[in-house]
Amino acid sequence: MTNKTPLVELRNMSIAFGGVRAVDDVSLDLHAGEVVGLLGHNGAGKSTLIKMLSGAYNADSGEIYINGEKAEIRNPRDARRYNIETIYQTLALADNLDAASNLFLGRELVTGMGLVDDDAMEAEARQIMQRLNPNFQKFSDPVSALSGGQRQSVAIARAVYFDAKILIMDEPTAALGPHETQMVSELIQKLKADGIGIFLISHDIHDVMTLCDRASVMKNGKMVGTVDVDSVTDDDLLGMIILGKHPHQKEV
Amino acid sequence: MNSPTTNGSAKTFFNKLGIDLRLLGMIGALVILCVMFDLITGGRFLTPRNLFNLSVQTASVAVMATGMVFVIVTRNIDLSVGSMLGFIGMTVGALQVYYFPDIVGLGHWSIWIMASIAAIIMGAALGAVQGWVVGYLTVPAFIVTLAGLLIYRGAMWWVTQGQTVAPLDPTFRLLGGGADGTLGETLSWGFGIVASLIAVGLILASRRRKANHGFTVKPMWAEGILIALAAGLVLGYVYIMNSYKIAKGALPRIAEARGIELTEGLTLYHGVAIPVIILLVVTIGMTLISTRTRFGRYVYATGGNPEAAELSGINTRLLTVKVFALMGALTGISAIIASARLGAVDVGLGTLDELRVIAAAVIGGTALAGGFGTIYGAVIGALIMQTLQSGMASVGVDAPLQSIVVGLVLVFAVYIDIVYRRKTGA
Repeated sequence: MTNKTPLVELRNMSIAFGGVRAVDDVSLDLHAGEVVGLLGHNGAGKSTLIKMLSGAYNADSGEIYINGEKAEIRNPRDARRYNIETIYQTLALADNLDAASNLFLGRELVTGMGLVDDDAMEAEARQIMQRLNPNFQKFSDPVSALSGGQRQSVAIARAVYFDAKILIMDEPTAALGPHETQMVSELIQKLKADGIGIFLISHDIHDVMTLCDRASVMKNGKMVGTVDVDSVTDDDLLGMIILGKHPHQKEV
Repeated sequence: MNSPTTNGSAKTFFNKLGIDLRLLGMIGALVILCVMFDLITGGRFLTPRNLFNLSVQTASVAVMATGMVFVIVTRNIDLSVGSMLGFIGMTVGALQVYYFPDIVGLGHWSIWIMASIAAIIMGAALGAVQGWVVGYLTVPAFIVTLAGLLIYRGAMWWVTQGQTVAPLDPTFRLLGGGADGTLGETLSWGFGIVASLIAVGLILASRRRKANHGFTVKPMWAEGILIALAAGLVLGYVYIMNSYKIAKGALPRIAEARGIELTEGLTLYHGVAIPVIILLVVTIGMTLISTRTRFGRYVYATGGNPEAAELSGINTRLLTVKVFALMGALTGISAIIASARLGAVDVGLGTLDELRVIAAAVIGGTALAGGFGTIYGAVIGALIMQTLQSGMASVGVDAPLQSIVVGLVLVFAVYIDIVYRRKTGA
């Protein structure tokens, strides 16, 4: 797939916060139907890098290409226009609203008169949750009343409902039990098969080894390297994370 | 909450009706206050005359309180509304007394319209500026609107160098209520019937929509009770207002205004006051905005989690500007009501109103932490505040003690609300 145009290309991205170079000249690409894992310590710059793609941060320098064309992403609205959906580590849910309102937040279904159609949104939400999490029943409660797993499934539903082409998952399984984690893994496989490109930020090397095609490791805002997961061992990845040392094999 | 509701059939009963405990509590408090004052005054409180005055006095603060709900829900505050009301009232008063008559002639029919539009536009503009400073320059709302409180009060003085503006345009004054500013008996009944029919229509339309999506709907008897309550409340209020007699002295003037021949033994009744109609329209409009528009949805989402709202593509800065502009426009409407009611504007108009408005919103269940608050709650909150003050005045409580009681009630109401939230986990 190397000679095809990548779905996403991040070129020489940099951003600094008050003199700290959170992300320093990092490049990364992603192809359709591919899962790329992003590994690194807390504060390595993984989330910051990805937030420049999702429009939450504006890069100081660097360029983003989507399907080979330069993309201007200045805010989350722009990112949504490029079909980039993000599941944030914090889930980014409005706790005081119910599941359907959160699912459609910013993209509400409206009636012919332009009024928000809560009933239609709840009906849609019921359908999608039926597929994602059949046990989910609390449609009239605010999401603050939901369990961690239920909240997570609302956040996931929001990202996959709107025809994502590029999906960013920031620690999607951090708050989940084994069963729900399994569910997310299956979902990733399915989305991948549908041709969606996925960035998966994770702490869990095992997750990355099993779910991802390639893994990129960051340390102190810099890119240590990107490797094919099939060509490295857990220990190689660990070495990259902890020591910032690239394993002695060909780069991808 | 879908926790088992086994403790008492009353709770299941209200659950089925879809009336939450908070609303029930507020209405209960209001009823208890009214009955208590009525007993203490020996039946002088729950009279058509007093209820008429009570509803008219509530209108100005209640209109602003609906806007304050949005401001507080988005985790802001607006301390400037009292001064802004004064500034707008004075400006619009000066316009209709000194400027408009020079252009269109004294007593011209269009003066009240121009004055009203000017008031609303002026409020929206002042509010938008404040919202811009809060949203885009990120100066805390507390500071911006505290500055507004000082600035508008000062600016108000400058409009006429401190002189009282009077008398306001006669048509404009009708917007403040009083014996002239009512719908009269027939129109009041017509209004009551139309309002009831709309309420019934909305309840049934909502039920049909839910049923079409296959959701479980309330049992029919519950809808029936709700319909009876809504229609009963409106028509009952109209009935009471229509039994408030117009005083002998005002009779010739009112009869002439209504085109009725003045005969011996003629009795006329007030009917529903215009400011109350304005309040009702504002309440319905604001409820619609808060529950059925994207703007309203974003107000609550931003209050619940500003970061999440931003990440969902909501422009929270522009939203802040809109919320303050709306608050300003409503302050403009209140300025119309307040100045029209007095028929004159002095430099004290609106003093301390910001605190009454905030108290009304908070008593009505708006959480200062943001994210929670209802329009009807704020209106009932304003009614409770006004009932308390009018009631104490009619009982003969000293003014200083009135302030003390209102202050204590405010703290108590918020404490109850905190306990309620903790219990329900909302």
